[in-house]
Amino acid sequence: MKFAVIVFPGSNCDVDMYHAIQDELGEEATYVRYDEQSLANYDAILLPGGFSYGDYLRSGSIARFAPIMSEVVKAAEEGKPVLGICNGFQILLEAGLLPGAMKRNKNLKFMCRPVTLVVQNNATMFTSAYENSEEITIPIAHGEGNYYCDDATLEELQSSGRIVFTYKDNPNGSIDDIAGIINEKGNVLGMMPHPERAVDHLLGSADGLKMFKSLLRNWRESHVTHA
Amino acid sequence: MYKVKVYVTLKESVLDPQGSAVKNSLHSLSYNEVEDVRIGKYMELTLNETANVDERIKEMCEKLLANTVIEDYTYEVEEVVGQ
Repeated sequence: MKFAVIVFPGSNCDVDMYHAIQDELGEEATYVRYDEQSLANYDAILLPGGFSYGDYLRSGSIARFAPIMSEVVKAAEEGKPVLGICNGFQILLEAGLLPGAMKRNKNLKFMCRPVTLVVQNNATMFTSAYENSEEITIPIAHGEGNYYCDDATLEELQSSGRIVFTYKDNPNGSIDDIAGIINEKGNVLGMMPHPERAVDHLLGSADGLKMFKSLLRNWRESHVTHA
Repeated sequence: MYKVKVYVTLKESVLDPQGSAVKNSLHSLSYNEVEDVRIGKYMELTLNETANVDERIKEMCEKLLANTVIEDYTYEVEEVVGQ
């Protein structure tokens, strides 16, 4: 399975993402620059964390207009898995691929520490290797992860199982403890915590690896035919 | 030339964490009359001669300068006469 790791000016979790795919999952990862023109050769698109374009104006607001983003939108429309982590999630929100917006953390602090997430929906291509209500340890590292959406959107997310991860102990003030959401079609997921930083016990947790394993298993089931 | 002043603020319905921190700080300085603080952004744009200034500015605000999911914007256009 071929994974594209999109690199914007200011991305800084691209190497972690590459490592998770290439070394821990054992699949093929390729860095794709923000100014490239095609994602046709990839099976999944990963938008890593960092501070794209310095997060000037608002997190993700400038990155969403990078040339590669029209290809990300196209991949999403084609049904390819698109995963946005941290700044990648913020970019997906700004691009309108996921609903809502991010505010500064409630306590106004940049927080970098492991948190406990609760898997709310394991019936997605990103989470099928988890159990529902499973508690997992994944690090967060953000200053603007206070997820907000209006009441109508929240109700829609709740009623359609689109809240995929919640915080057990809400660190940032996110509405309804939301840590990660998925689009209606089920192929675009955004989350603030960093599964790519939790892919080996040496890193403190390997709970994030199951996300990438879920993606791989689901892709194989739909793309690889056995003789 | 036009000088355009753009003000971007969080919507009334959206809690403003920065605003509450500043309000608390003002209270600790004994400015107890302060009931609420909202923090926003102020941007100054200088435009050369162009048709449909209003339309263009609105477009810029909707596309980039404000995130209308959580923010409102207002602007003032001032015509600057060249020397």
